[in-house]
Amino acid sequence: MKLLSPLRDPRYFQVAVLTSLLAVGIGILNFGIHWQNAATIMLTAQFVQYIGTRLAGLPRFDPLSALITSLSLTLLLRTEFASLAATAAVIAIGSKFLIRFRNKHVFNPANVALVSLMLLSDRAWVSSGQWGSAAIGAFALACLGFLVLTRAKRAETTIAFVWAFGTLLVGRAVWLGDPLSIPLHQLQNGALLIFAFFMISDPKTTPDAPFGRALFGAVVAAVAFTIQFIFYQPNGPILALILCAPLVPLIDTLLHGSHYQWDKPGARPSASLKGVHS
Amino acid sequence: MRLLITLVSALVTVLVTTSAQAFCGFYVARADTSLFNRASQVVLVRDEDKTVITMANDFEGDAEDFAVVIPVPTMIEGEQINVGDRAVIEHLDAYTSPRIVEYHDGDPCVVYERLEMSSNDAAFPSASKQLKRSARSRGVTIEAQYTVGEYDILILSATQSDGLIQWLVENDYRIPSGAERVVDSYLKQDMRFFVAKVNLEEQSKLGFQYLRPLQVAYESNRFMLPIRLGTLNAKGKQELYVYALTRTGRVETTNYRTVKLPSNVTVPEFVEDEFANFYRAMFDRQTKAENERAVFLEYAWDMGWCDPCAADPLSARELRQLGVFWLGQHDVESKRAIQPRAQNVFVTRLHVRYDAEHFPEDLMFQETGDRQNYQGRYVIQHPWKGEASCDISQYKASVRDRQEREAQQLANLTGWDLGDIHKKIPFAGGAPEPEKEPWWKRLWN
Repeated sequence: MKLLSPLRDPRYFQVAVLTSLLAVGIGILNFGIHWQNAATIMLTAQFVQYIGTRLAGLPRFDPLSALITSLSLTLLLRTEFASLAATAAVIAIGSKFLIRFRNKHVFNPANVALVSLMLLSDRAWVSSGQWGSAAIGAFALACLGFLVLTRAKRAETTIAFVWAFGTLLVGRAVWLGDPLSIPLHQLQNGALLIFAFFMISDPKTTPDAPFGRALFGAVVAAVAFTIQFIFYQPNGPILALILCAPLVPLIDTLLHGSHYQWDKPGARPSASLKGVHS
Repeated sequence: MRLLITLVSALVTVLVTTSAQAFCGFYVARADTSLFNRASQVVLVRDEDKTVITMANDFEGDAEDFAVVIPVPTMIEGEQINVGDRAVIEHLDAYTSPRIVEYHDGDPCVVYERLEMSSNDAAFPSASKQLKRSARSRGVTIEAQYTVGEYDILILSATQSDGLIQWLVENDYRIPSGAERVVDSYLKQDMRFFVAKVNLEEQSKLGFQYLRPLQVAYESNRFMLPIRLGTLNAKGKQELYVYALTRTGRVETTNYRTVKLPSNVTVPEFVEDEFANFYRAMFDRQTKAENERAVFLEYAWDMGWCDPCAADPLSARELRQLGVFWLGQHDVESKRAIQPRAQNVFVTRLHVRYDAEHFPEDLMFQETGDRQNYQGRYVIQHPWKGEASCDISQYKASVRDRQEREAQQLANLTGWDLGDIHKKIPFAGGAPEPEKEPWWKRLWN
């Protein structure tokens, strides 16, 4: 069987970064991730993915996307109960197969699971501030590396989100007369980076057209800013993404673009990525 | 045969007293009185958007010169302000303090029986018109003026920070430099301020020698604590203790890392006498390890009980005084001899050392679903000191190993010199061999 070139599919890189983050989170930062929850989420997600593949009659079982969803969920979701962790995995992967519009799933799997759990139970929460500044520096580098490696393909959503959110934060600081150290501090947030590079970036749940993706990223940033700095609620970006998700089919109707396939991320992938090898 | 050391426990708790206390706003003073916020104790009671904040005060100086400017996230009325009881905060401090637990080795020559004695009762150290006119001309309206307890409260609605600042200056208050910018930022965020001054007449009538804590009840979607003003008239870093009382679970900061302090560590016996020093040294070291940017969790517990108890849990009446509004009046006024334990109250004690450089932004909080208990608990295991009726060389060897481990752990936690620690430990079977210094240790110095 012919193996895919790891560099052709950006998900390999995502798995590598998220796994290292998880290792740092459990081993060094010790920020309350139970390995039992991690294992429960991974196994449940793969199981639901397998069942979904069989029931939907898909040609092959693809564990990678479910793995990325599991890693994001593990990194962001906190709960003392493995049963809630498992529920999150079922909702995440289940939503991919059940909530679809024009052959695309509507909600980002990890996102819909996080929001559902927060609404359903008061014993599950998202810890957004649990990353030290050193960890964030290293993480930010890894994220930039990701953009370079993938030649920013389909990264319009991430770029537009980070740009718009950053601009709004700096603009707020300027208006309030606050020092710039405040918006910089607000941007140095581990959960924000996971969101920007591993959640909103998902090409399967973002608009097909490049302009549509940029527009979507900016709208999510504006909604996130409103939630966090006008309504003063935590987890602005995560709530904003779920609120904006229904906009994707609308944008797709208005702006046409090509549907994304993981193993064919670009038109000329081998040419552009050869340099990385040599 | 390996000796089993059974614990005969006598739990004795030693508390770290949080000595200095102050407001989280900023002090303003007349003339040259030097005022500093050194450490603050704040109790935050929160459920949904309803919040009650209690600010303890250790102001030492001439009460005549005292005033404090306190930011609140919303407009408030006089009835929303109350003067609390300092003893309740002291009780809460004692209940949530890091503690030492002592265990005594039993006689190594006897067949052991597990004995447990807990001592809940272990002694602990208890642990006006003209004004209005001048105000209006400055863009400051004194919305209302009240006397609450020993305080005169002025509720100001300033539209501009320079109005508020100038009004304070004209009324002979000294304003820390840089306050204007921060006040302006808060005003744009729809925060409001009130000024509390001491009413000397009322104070002498009431007979209090100290200033009692101020309490404010308000409803706001902002679960936060404004700390930026506090950094202005502080010399260097400040200490802040936040006691959060919530219904569901532990509280954490969303914009700073919340870290649990190392706990359940066995430390050498002498730490009992130097507990405050030990705790300070450990806190220093942990703060530095987190690049001085972390908030530390010192206690997280269901208010209904404790184990071991540094102090009894707060009664329903005390909690109600702190503003735990969801405890029904019924519970408080119960005349039963045994007061029911408070239900549905989870306490989180956070300790933060901050300055403007490392904590540029106010503390934002969220209540999590985490109900796991956590406490700062440090264990002292006393070796058997009685007469031995058998050969206890094996026991002594094991004690010695244990003492060495404790010394190492203490050095790791506090950064104290291992040699100095060794000197203070009465090692079983005599002092240890001085550690052989590596040859390069004194090569260049």
